[in-house]
Amino acid sequence: MTEVFGAYGGRYVPETLIPALDELERGWREALADDAFHAELHHLATTYAGRPTPLTLAERFAPGKRIYLKREDLLHTGAHKLNNALGQAVLARRLGKQRIVAETGAGQHGVATATVCARFGLDCVVYMGEEDMRRQKPNVERMRLLGAEVRAVDFGTKTLKEATSEAIRDWITNVETTHYLIGSCVGPAPYPELVAELQSVIGREAREQLLAVEDRLPEAVVACVGGGSNAIGIFHGFVEDEDVRLVGVEAAGAASLGTGRPGVLHGARSSILADEDGQVADAHSISAGLDYPGVGPEHAYLRDIGRAEYLGATDDEALTAFRDLARTEGIIPALEPAHALARARELDAELILVGLSGRGDKDLAEALAHLT
Amino acid sequence: MRKQLVIYLMSEPETPDLARAAVDGGADIIELGFPFSDPLADGPVIRRAGERALKRGMRTRQCMDVLAQTRALVGDTPLVPMTYSALLEAYGWERFAADIASAGATSMIVSDLPAGERAEVRRVQLVAPTSTDERIRLAGEQTDGWLYLVTVTGTTGARGELSPALAGLVERTRRLVDVPIYAGFGISTPAHARAAAELADGIAVGTRAVEVAEDGPNALREYVASLREALEAVAV
Repeated sequence: MTEVFGAYGGRYVPETLIPALDELERGWREALADDAFHAELHHLATTYAGRPTPLTLAERFAPGKRIYLKREDLLHTGAHKLNNALGQAVLARRLGKQRIVAETGAGQHGVATATVCARFGLDCVVYMGEEDMRRQKPNVERMRLLGAEVRAVDFGTKTLKEATSEAIRDWITNVETTHYLIGSCVGPAPYPELVAELQSVIGREAREQLLAVEDRLPEAVVACVGGGSNAIGIFHGFVEDEDVRLVGVEAAGAASLGTGRPGVLHGARSSILADEDGQVADAHSISAGLDYPGVGPEHAYLRDIGRAEYLGATDDEALTAFRDLARTEGIIPALEPAHALARARELDAELILVGLSGRGDKDLAEALAHLT
Repeated sequence: MRKQLVIYLMSEPETPDLARAAVDGGADIIELGFPFSDPLADGPVIRRAGERALKRGMRTRQCMDVLAQTRALVGDTPLVPMTYSALLEAYGWERFAADIASAGATSMIVSDLPAGERAEVRRVQLVAPTSTDERIRLAGEQTDGWLYLVTVTGTTGARGELSPALAGLVERTRRLVDVPIYAGFGISTPAHARAAAELADGIAVGTRAVEVAEDGPNALREYVASLREALEAVAV
């Protein structure tokens, strides 16, 4: 079995996709070994995306602690998702693919994908659950403005889980012409590893920046986990630093790592929310980006070996942190990292790095409806 | 051996009687779908059939009961559960294989477990138009009895025309492996059946069979008989 992370990972997909995954893996290895690929990514990151993103000390949000926010909310399109989308778009062009298909939950990955497709002149189809289209309407409008076709998924949970299945079915059907630009560190190998590598720029930058201002490493690194790409990206900067605690925060109603069991979903073996027969359970979160019953296989591995710990935060705790960060720091976070903020401020640690994975404009309607 | 006719049915309480009707109509092999909540290889018809079966409580154990009841009605007709890795992962890979065998299964198909993965799990392997020669060889070596040729790059579902890729794929596969090859995905009419059977050793029909099964055993028997008749017209 092509298990990548201990007992997790693999390629649980129909035969039709295996040659495409092999091709992707070869193309990825070649790109990684090619200075021109890294130079192109660096150029795009600095001249288009807005890297490096700053580190902000959130003094008023958490008095008595030194909580630093890694500001991926300031990245072009407003979330960390662009790091991955840019990298995969460059890779897709190297593979000669002209059509991109993607899934999106909160819409941030869909917007990032639509953005890079506009930038490179690629055809773009984004699958999105109807329920998510309702609660993340501004992002649907942004994707359409950017020239993407947004296809509503109107069955099952009508959220990210079904959107991902439909994107994979589209890829199965159009595999010769299409690159599947998956949005998180999930899916069949080599996607989890590929996405983690493209997001690890977050952790590399943050480590350097924090050392520059504090002259020491953080006691803990805290990030929200849905599929887990922003968390894996920031964790990768510190995973070798054994004294640094890695803390992932899941939505309490979508705690694939906290309450899940080993299972297979969307092409990989990981920790998922499922019943005893392996049927995937419905997740719940106010945050569309965390509303997913699976998680990247590397997180399941980091949990099992004890390198990372995973906590939960409720909708209410996230909403409170969302409002508090806005009022104390003048930063409106996305609801997803608001989960990380909620746990970080009560963590038994003083110097903490938090992945602020995205900005909250997309969440205003949903958050305000619950806060008033 | 006559051209083999494989009929897929979703496991539900009515399925044993439907399977009997399909055999009466001329089916040689019955595939029994064990539903999964997230069936990546399936188009809308079989996905919806699976959703309904799950709502009716058709979990792994209930599906095995249906399998045993079907076995009691169809003599020695091969019965092949067709499902997804998630069910085997949850049930236990070896235990699943052992328990379906006890319930009367002849082999199984795992739609999202490509050749080369978990080779110890004996099953009918699938090859697709995208498969490399190397993968077709591997699938041929590992397969249990026959090879399932996916005629299209796509999910399960009826299509207007038989895939133009089929002839080339059959020819390539025959050159590489020495096992019977049955073509499936996108075959729904007697005309498709006949054209596909001119090339392959048998055909598998899923989506249209699931649709016709809605109208009961008599309708299914007639539909299967129409496919059988089309196959009989092919010189063996």
